[in-house]
Amino acid sequence: MSTVDRSVIGPPAGGGTGLVAAMVGTLLLSGCEHPPVETVQGGFRGTGMMQVTDPRLAPVSNNTIPVPLPRGEIASGTPLAGDTFKNVQVLKDVPVPEFSRLMVAMTTWVAPQQGCTYCHAATDLASDEHYTKVVARRMLQMTRHINSSWHTHVGDTGVTCYSCHRGHNVPDYVWFTDTGPANASAYLGNLAGQNQPARSVRLASLPNDPFTPYLAADTPISVIDTTALRQGEDKGASIKKAEQTYGLMMHITGALGVNCTFCHNSRSFFDWDQSTPQRATAWYGIRLVRDLNGQYLTPLRGTFPANRLGPHGDSPKVDCATCHQGAHKPLNGASMLADYPELRGDSHP
Amino acid sequence: MTHAVGGKTEVAVVAEYQNIFTRVQIRGPAYAGVPLTGGSWVRQGRIRFIHWLGRIGDAQLGPIYLGWTGVASLICGFVALEIIGLNMWASVNWSPIEFVRQLPWLALEPPAPATGLHIPAMNEGGWWLMAGFFLTSSVILWWLRMYRRARALGMGTHVAWAFAAAIWLYLVLGFIRPLLMGHWSEAVPFGIFPHLDWTAAFSIRYGNLFYCPFHMLSIAFLYGSTLLFAMHGATILAVSRFGTDREIEQIVDRGTGAERAALFWRWTMGFNATVESIHRWAWWFAVLCPLVGGIGILLTGTVVDNWYLWAVKHGVAPMYPHVVPAVVQPTMSGVPQ
Repeated sequence: MSTVDRSVIGPPAGGGTGLVAAMVGTLLLSGCEHPPVETVQGGFRGTGMMQVTDPRLAPVSNNTIPVPLPRGEIASGTPLAGDTFKNVQVLKDVPVPEFSRLMVAMTTWVAPQQGCTYCHAATDLASDEHYTKVVARRMLQMTRHINSSWHTHVGDTGVTCYSCHRGHNVPDYVWFTDTGPANASAYLGNLAGQNQPARSVRLASLPNDPFTPYLAADTPISVIDTTALRQGEDKGASIKKAEQTYGLMMHITGALGVNCTFCHNSRSFFDWDQSTPQRATAWYGIRLVRDLNGQYLTPLRGTFPANRLGPHGDSPKVDCATCHQGAHKPLNGASMLADYPELRGDSHP
Repeated sequence: MTHAVGGKTEVAVVAEYQNIFTRVQIRGPAYAGVPLTGGSWVRQGRIRFIHWLGRIGDAQLGPIYLGWTGVASLICGFVALEIIGLNMWASVNWSPIEFVRQLPWLALEPPAPATGLHIPAMNEGGWWLMAGFFLTSSVILWWLRMYRRARALGMGTHVAWAFAAAIWLYLVLGFIRPLLMGHWSEAVPFGIFPHLDWTAAFSIRYGNLFYCPFHMLSIAFLYGSTLLFAMHGATILAVSRFGTDREIEQIVDRGTGAERAALFWRWTMGFNATVESIHRWAWWFAVLCPLVGGIGILLTGTVVDNWYLWAVKHGVAPMYPHVVPAVVQPTMSGVPQ
């Protein structure tokens, strides 16, 4: 009773199938970066501790530093800013020529378009009339605090206003409290603070506000238990907690332009003994950011006008990207501090 | 190929088996199947022949036997899919464009850890619990249907038990382990990227799942399954010119094709499976993959907290020399908090 469907015995599949396959293949590959990429080995062979970079990708920010302003010899006995000008609170002990030079430099770093009057009242340079001047003073204190107290993170390189501002009034990378897009329904569609393509976690579906718990508060970050077997009733960190920490780590890798293995041996993320020295630097960096947000930026809430505040009325705050801007050493490690030693600071504000 | 009996046409037809796609469609008259033995359901759907189905399998489509288990399973599955899909859609404020654009990221998330094993409010994980209930019901009803259809045909129930192995892993991940941990929040979210991120977070949280021996076994069975599938599929295709694709017949009455297949492997690697035992190999590899995987997941967090340290303790994980200065855990002494 069997019959054979003759219609299928014909020439082999022709160009049509091949064309479709080529198109699908091209489409699939179009999302890839084309080789070669550069890899740098950072650990023992076979451990996969590599930094992978694509030399054809443009850096996130321009990392060239501005030419330092010319600097003359300061004769002893030169009057100090605190004795010469009114209302100098931070740079009192700086000689007047140095003080003026720093003011000019700060203008080019922060307000190159607006000039002196971005902060100063044109009629009275000593006046605190503009909020920008009050903020700038606090930021000066902050810069000196970072350079004097956070050697563990910034080393001898240090920071200046330019590290973050790069010629802009507001640094490109700041964050505000963000509760995510308002969901019209209270009855369904709760994304639980994750599961959206968020830039803060490099488009992962991880919890997309790593900032509030970890960079504005001091929520513990470690989630991995340090014993092989479960001890007693303590269940340790939940999976949701692990996802939150993962989100923070994604932020850090994006801000620094690195892989996990820049700091960690990925076979054992928690183990300090197998980590790179950069992990310790990053550890201090997280504490530094918490310190800055807690001591300097959050308290400026009342000083900023409404248009500088976030949707929930909070101050702009810093994260790792504020300074790093895609480079694992901000400005590729160039130090501007030697040219502006008055930013070093010597004590707590 | 002069082995083939009959005239010129049949020789050509047999030769056509040497292809990745089935290029010969043998069509009998429409066949509804063996008579049903009791039960109130009948087979549904008219019988159709579809040429393109014939290229990858049998050209005959239908009739299907749904039964009450099939209908109930489809309804439960549909309810689960609706709960998940509508929650996802609501999360983008019912925008069809955003729904499509963000679909890979969207999810129905299990309750927060504070919920424990209580019943949460609908929008705080209640929908997740409900979707899980209906999806599990759907899967188990489908399993029951497979079991009963196999019995109705007088078959063994091997397919149902293989499916049960997969259900075991699904239940461990979404139900049994969360119960043992005392938190619904330990379960997997329903979402495309979210369940993958969950998997990565799970492995990291418990000190690297690749050091879990059950995970290792699961991977071995997974890759082993693909290897066996390729070896077996290739062997049968290679001897189908001798009629060996009629495997069941060859089990009891080995023909020249089966002999050649056996000789091929005996010559190339010294040992050969038999036409029957190769299917036991394949079945066990496939079944053991989720079975041992589920054991590994079940032990994670309940018994073992850090698989890497477990592997160090048992001499599995090697130590590597330092190539950068060793780091000690920093503390905040001497620096302001």
